Amino acid sequence: MPKVTVDGQEIEVPAGATVLQACELAGKEIPRFCYHERLSIAGNCRMCLVEVKPGPPKPQASCALPATEGQEIRTDSEMVKTAREGVMEFLLINHPLDCPICDQGGECDLQDQSVAYGRGASRYHENKRAVTSKNMGPLIKTIMTRCIHCTRCVRFSEEIAGVDEIGALYRGEDMQITTYLEQAAKHELSANVIDLCPVGALTSRPYAYEARPWELKKTLGIDVSDAVGSNIRIDSRGREVLRVLPRINDDVNEEWISDKARYQVDGLTRRRLDKVWIRKPKGPKGKLVQASWEEAFKKIAAAKPGKSIAAVAGDMLDCETMFAAKALLKASGSSLIESRQTGMDYDVSNLAAVNFNSGFSGIEEADAILIVGSNVRWEAPLVNVRLRKAAKRGAKVFIVGPEWEPTYPATFIGQDVSVLSKLPAEVTDALKAAEKPAIILGGGGFAAGAHAASVKIAHDFNMVRDGWNGFNALHMAAARMGALMLGFAQDGGIADIVKAKPKVLLALGADEVDFTRFEDSLKVYIGHHGDKGAHAADIILPASAFTEKPGTYVNTEGRVQRGDKAVFAPGDAREDWTILRALADALGVNVGFDSFHELRDAMYADAPALAIEGEVTDYGALAKSVKGNAAPKGTIPAPIKDFYLTNPIARASAVMQQCSNELLLGETLAEAAE
Amino acid sequence: MLEDKDRIFTNVYGFQPWNLDAARKRGDWDNTKDLIAKPQDDIIEEIKASGLRGRGGAGFPTGMKWSFMPKESKDGRPSFLVINADESEPGSCKDREIIRHDPHKLIEGALCAGYAMRARAAYIYIRGEYIREAETLQAAIDEAYDAGLIGKNASGTGYDFDVFMHRGAGAYICGEETAMIESLEGKKGQPRLKPPFPAGAGLYGCPTTVNNVESIAVVPTILRRGASWFSSFGREGNKGTKLFQISGHVNNPCVVEEAMSITFEELIEKHCGGIRGGWDNLLAVIPGGSSVPLVPAEQIRHAHMDFDGLKELGSGLGTAGVIVMDKSTDIVRAISRLSYFYKHESCGQCTPCREGTGWMWRVMTRLETGDAELEEIDMLYQVTKQVEGHTICALGDAAAWPIQGLLKHFRPEIERRIAERAGSMQVAAE
Repeated sequence: MPKVTVDGQEIEVPAGATVLQACELAGKEIPRFCYHERLSIAGNCRMCLVEVKPGPPKPQASCALPATEGQEIRTDSEMVKTAREGVMEFLLINHPLDCPICDQGGECDLQDQSVAYGRGASRYHENKRAVTSKNMGPLIKTIMTRCIHCTRCVRFSEEIAGVDEIGALYRGEDMQITTYLEQAAKHELSANVIDLCPVGALTSRPYAYEARPWELKKTLGIDVSDAVGSNIRIDSRGREVLRVLPRINDDVNEEWISDKARYQVDGLTRRRLDKVWIRKPKGPKGKLVQASWEEAFKKIAAAKPGKSIAAVAGDMLDCETMFAAKALLKASGSSLIESRQTGMDYDVSNLAAVNFNSGFSGIEEADAILIVGSNVRWEAPLVNVRLRKAAKRGAKVFIVGPEWEPTYPATFIGQDVSVLSKLPAEVTDALKAAEKPAIILGGGGFAAGAHAASVKIAHDFNMVRDGWNGFNALHMAAARMGALMLGFAQDGGIADIVKAKPKVLLALGADEVDFTRFEDSLKVYIGHHGDKGAHAADIILPASAFTEKPGTYVNTEGRVQRGDKAVFAPGDAREDWTILRALADALGVNVGFDSFHELRDAMYADAPALAIEGEVTDYGALAKSVKGNAAPKGTIPAPIKDFYLTNPIARASAVMQQCSNELLLGETLAEAAE
Repeated sequence: MLEDKDRIFTNVYGFQPWNLDAARKRGDWDNTKDLIAKPQDDIIEEIKASGLRGRGGAGFPTGMKWSFMPKESKDGRPSFLVINADESEPGSCKDREIIRHDPHKLIEGALCAGYAMRARAAYIYIRGEYIREAETLQAAIDEAYDAGLIGKNASGTGYDFDVFMHRGAGAYICGEETAMIESLEGKKGQPRLKPPFPAGAGLYGCPTTVNNVESIAVVPTILRRGASWFSSFGREGNKGTKLFQISGHVNNPCVVEEAMSITFEELIEKHCGGIRGGWDNLLAVIPGGSSVPLVPAEQIRHAHMDFDGLKELGSGLGTAGVIVMDKSTDIVRAISRLSYFYKHESCGQCTPCREGTGWMWRVMTRLETGDAELEEIDMLYQVTKQVEGHTICALGDAAAWPIQGLLKHFRPEIERRIAERAGSMQVAAE
């Protein structure tokens, strides 16, 4: 613990800290552009210069200088002030004066720091540099004249994303940042460079010229595009969500979010269900006709479901909605609730056996990882970032299942799930030798019936040991863990519900269900998008999307998180729980709550863990074994066919459609055009 | 004046062939085994005692640099010697002559130095434009391998030592030691942040020392003739012999080996046939390659040509690439051209150099014709001060110094041009 003096104030700093960190600990602000906590140190902007004794009689880049015992650091001396002014002046001489039309305006590091540390006037009377803008794809808009060459985007792509997409061409003042051959940035985290860019060189293309940051209402939310539960900030103006930005949460998403989480929100204003619809006549030949809430409720009551009512929960639901549905069914005398829409029936009697037990920050420490049927890059891009960190630390990664492009060295050991019963020696040796071995069971693994076999492997290789639980289930649905905690699972999966032939089926934002199996039921779709569920429904009750209601979500590591309501739902749409509460009245049953607070209290009573926000839920010990075939056979499927179109919001989003067309299908389309 | 018997580079003019047989006749590779048949630290001490300072420009004591290398590898990482033959400094051409005509001195030096610093191999990074030189060097390396002088059991010493040649692509910045390491690794040639210094983590993250060609090539002779012989030349702290490269307005431009601390006058009179048009016609001298400040005629004539002597004059010995300019020189244009060179060669990594070199060059072009305000002279000086010492590597300093030298010594000339132009504009307007 070296002791240093910052502007006369003596402080102790952790070993290995830099001078910049020491200054921050002492409460001094150090201006910077290239330095970023999560990226390697480049030291190229020279903005963080400070005076350090002992040392050469010139200012030092504090971001790159280790703090050592007895250093005298000055951040307020004349030398430092002049140095900052000088660097600021250099950064500005070739920076265009287009702040009034720049989307970064108001949240621009260069603006802020030139006000704080600049000279106030320019002495540069030569022509300014102009740089052609580069194509970086449908998400990243470039105005490269504004670039200050901090290389944060380059370092992000190389270090965090693990792809060589962005780099610098040429040298000196002709240096330009670009994607190689100006191809679109294709990585699923690519848009994070927009947040990293300290100036307006890389801005958000879909959000271009939409709003100024000070016009926006900022709401804290949770992303529902995957089961990671990324912490997001929802920026809205009036009734429209304009953009989504990541919030920092080191345990979950660090500082990043996936492109889908960021850009699917334009889908919130398209294909919305904003009125009540009833299919007349009932059945596939009927047409949807606009109706009133009263009519719809009457029609449902007329079906006289009694206890023959079932509910299927969709992938993006909050726990409150699911609990309201559960309460309604319970009051009706039914327990036909299910959340695994596609028909999976893995054993959920032990929630530790369906949870990501290592935790996202924990998996970074794993030193041998077996991935069973998961395209982690698509199913949970931010978990892939963690796996990359583990691999960089030396973890060996093996993957069973269809091949994809990991961003780290990994060995594919077969597409057939049967390989689990006879793992190659290479894998068993690595798992045996590992101090923290881990297995990750993904959606494809569950679908191929590898659950029991994976739990067996976890025990065979002693993956649960002191302070370490290496068994991890990686879900794809934001609602999954919450649904399982609320009991939304039948032993036989959705087949049990088909067998029960319910008179009324409540599809709660459920769009992946095979509704042809419910031909005789009255299908009531309560959701927000006119997607597959609404097409099959007999009655549509318009509900709210995740930005339009407060809600509790449990991510795949069992972390309970809450999001707030950013905007009101469009048209006649209501918050889901109020619809279910009104339906209870129509059906003449009592659910026991009249307000959102009462609902939450009832939910906490039902599942106490949901009351503990921010923490990972303790599901107890991993079961010795779970039901299912311990030696399954068959090819592991790839559950996600298109990363950008996995949910109803994304499918309605023009930006996601464009990404899908240009980034995923681009080559196919180009071939077809020829 | 250095006597012929004391010259290290006996074939610097290429009067004899460069190849192994001829080199052996000149004494190279003569019982190299014995040269390094002593503990590594003794060799380093010998070099320290010789007073050899790095010949690449900065003048850091070579023996001390070697002593920073780890004595043993604690984690299995090998050590490397990188030899800087990326001679791109305007005014410098000594490494070219060594490689052309005496490549075996360099290769033998690489073995001796490599052994002393416990290096596994030497990488010679040669400037891309040196095409014939690269061919010669590669041929010499091949000869040395075939003769068993390097490679496995090099020269029968039981020490395995490889020498590789790597050709650059013509970027001046790759002569900076860490940029050279980046370039060797196949990356964009951009200097690294220090610390860590190359001796801790250099090429491929392994301990590395980067030395200039001349520093390495003189090593075998120092070891043969002894440190005391080498240190018998030159003033205290500036020992040894040195290749001077005199270009510009002298009657006989040449590369010549001389004792350090020789006076400028003696150097020019003995080897270059005097200044063109006599001493009264001398305007200024850039004594150490383009990146050191110029020295006006009256100060340079009796100056000692060594590190300390030129430092006293506010300049530096640099690579000893002496650029002589007589009174026919447009001195502002000359320095302006150097500014363009630094603007062109800036790697673009860090802000002051990337933006500052362009700014300085643009102002300099205007100063050539006097198209500027008087205040801009001071502004230009401030800009050079804003670049100097604020950058990752020394290129920023190198870009600033020539201009600072110009402003220091030739300010009246610049003011005259500005006033003259302003006057002529006035006349034209009337």
